[in-house]
Amino acid sequence: MSGLPLLVAAAQAAGVLLAAPWVIGVMRQVHARLQGRVGAGIGQPWRDLRKRMRKQQIRPTGTTVVFLIAPAVIAGSALLVAAVAPLITTESALDPIADLFAVVGLLLIGTVALSLAGLDTGTAFGGMGSSRAIMIAALVEPTLLLAVFALSIPAGSSNLGAIVSTTARDPAQILTVPGALAFVALIIVIVAETGRLPVDNPSTHLELTMIHEAMELEYAGPRLALMEWAGGMRLTVLLALLANLFFPWGIAEPGAGALAVLVAAGAIAAKVAVLACMLAAAEVFMAKLRLFRVPELLAGSFLLALMAVGTSSLLLPAGG
Amino acid sequence: MPGQTETVTVTTAAGALLLTAVLIVWRRELRAMVLLLTCQGVALAALPIIEGMQRAEAGLVSIGLVVLTLRAAVLPLVLARLVTAHSTARREGRPVIGTVASLLVTALLIVLSFAMARPIQRLADGTDAPAVGMVLAVVFIALFTMATRRRALSQAVGFLMLDNGITGIAFLLTSGVPVIVELGASLDVLFVTLVLGLLGRALQRTFGDTDTHRLRELRD
Repeated sequence: MSGLPLLVAAAQAAGVLLAAPWVIGVMRQVHARLQGRVGAGIGQPWRDLRKRMRKQQIRPTGTTVVFLIAPAVIAGSALLVAAVAPLITTESALDPIADLFAVVGLLLIGTVALSLAGLDTGTAFGGMGSSRAIMIAALVEPTLLLAVFALSIPAGSSNLGAIVSTTARDPAQILTVPGALAFVALIIVIVAETGRLPVDNPSTHLELTMIHEAMELEYAGPRLALMEWAGGMRLTVLLALLANLFFPWGIAEPGAGALAVLVAAGAIAAKVAVLACMLAAAEVFMAKLRLFRVPELLAGSFLLALMAVGTSSLLLPAGG
Repeated sequence: MPGQTETVTVTTAAGALLLTAVLIVWRRELRAMVLLLTCQGVALAALPIIEGMQRAEAGLVSIGLVVLTLRAAVLPLVLARLVTAHSTARREGRPVIGTVASLLVTALLIVLSFAMARPIQRLADGTDAPAVGMVLAVVFIALFTMATRRRALSQAVGFLMLDNGITGIAFLLTSGVPVIVELGASLDVLFVTLVLGLLGRALQRTFGDTDTHRLRELRD
C-alpha cells in the first residue's frame, strides 16, 4: 500500500518527463498540417533536445549562479508538480501537503526563477521579457487559485486529489454554471501561464512581442535544452491537471491495483493528447494580442473565476 | 429528482444572463454587443419557459414566447439597424473607464449582489434562490454600463440589459407576473428603444457620431 503511491508518483514524473517533448511535437505538427505545411514530425523536439544536449556549455560573461541554476529550478519544480498532482491516481505520495496552494506555488517558483535568469543576463531583452512575464504571472496566479477554488467548494477540500475524486463521483457538477466558468477561466490561465497564443507566440523571436523567448535568449546548448524541456513539462502537467479536474474518467482511486493504474496512465495520455491537439488547432485561428490588451484578457478570466467561486458558494446551500 | 434538475436549468439560464452581461462589459464592438444582447434575451426567455413547462402552465410558456420574440428578435433588430446606420463608428470609442478597471468594478458588483441576494433568498421559497443573486448582478452591471459608455447605442444596450435583469428578477421571485403587466412593460421597453434609436439617428445626423457627451453644451 505504501509502496504503490511512491511508485506511481515516480511514474507520473517520468511520464511527464518523457511525454513533454512529444506533446510539443504533436502541437507543432497539428499547426503545420492546418497551415498547409508538411511539418517536421512529432519527434522533432526530441531530436532538438538531443542535438542541444551534445553542445558545449556556454556561460555569458557577467552572469551569476542565478543564471546557472534557473533551468534546473524550473525543471525541478515542474517535475515535483508532476509527481504530486493527481494525474494517474487521486492518492498523492505527499498527500497532506500536495494541495492547490503547493502546486500553484511550485509553478510560481519556476516562473520567478525564469524571470530572475532573464534579469541576471543584464541584457535589454532579458529584462523586458522578465518584466512582462512578472506582469502576466501577477495576473495569472490569483485566477489559477480562484478557478480551482470554485471546484474545491463542492469537494470541501483544497486537496487536488480530493477535488478530482469528488468530480469523478459526481460528473454532473462540471455541467453547472461554476464548472463551466471555471473551465473557461482555467483555459485562459493555462494559455497565459505557458506562453502560448494569444498571449505569447512560442514560434517567433520577434523582439517587440516576445515574452518567454526573451528570457531564454542568452541560453544555449544543454541549458537551453533543459529550459525548453521544462517549458514542455509545465504545459504537459497543466493540460493533464485540466483534463483530470474536469474529465476525471479513468483515474485510479486510492488502493487501486496495478491494472487500474495502467488504465489510468493510458487515459491521461489520451486526454492530454486530445487537449494538446485542440489547443493547437484553436491557436491556428488566433493572432497574438497586443501586449496592452493582455491584462484585459486576464482580468476577464479573473472575473470568470470569481463568478465561478461566487456561484459555487451560492449553489452550495441549495445542493445540500 | 425533477425539482433538482429544474433548479439546475434555471441556475444555468441565470448564469447565461450574467455571463452575457459580463461579456457586454468586456467587448467594445457594437455588433458583438447586440449579438450578446440577443443571447441574453434567449436566456431570459428560458426562465419562464422552464418554469411553465415544469408546472404545465400555458400562460407562463406564452409569456416566455412573447419575451423571446421581443428581446431576442425585435429589440436586437432595431439596435442592429442602428449599428448599420453608424457607418463611421463600429465600436465603442475611448471609454470613460478602461476595460480592465470596468472588469474589476464588475467583479466587485457581482460579489456585492451575491451578498445582497442572501436575505432575498430567505424571503423567496428557495427553489430558484441561487439564480436571484446572478440576475441581481445583471441589474448592477447594466447600471454601470449605462453610466460609463459614451455612445447612445451602448447606453441603449445597457438600458435593455437593465430591463432584462429586472424582468428576470420578477420571473424568479414571483414565478411569473400577470400577462398584462408583462405586455405593458415589454411595450414600454420597445418604445423606449425606438425613441433611443431615433435619438441616436438625430445625434448621428447632427454631429456625425453618437457620443452623448456632445450633448453637454447648448446649441442653436
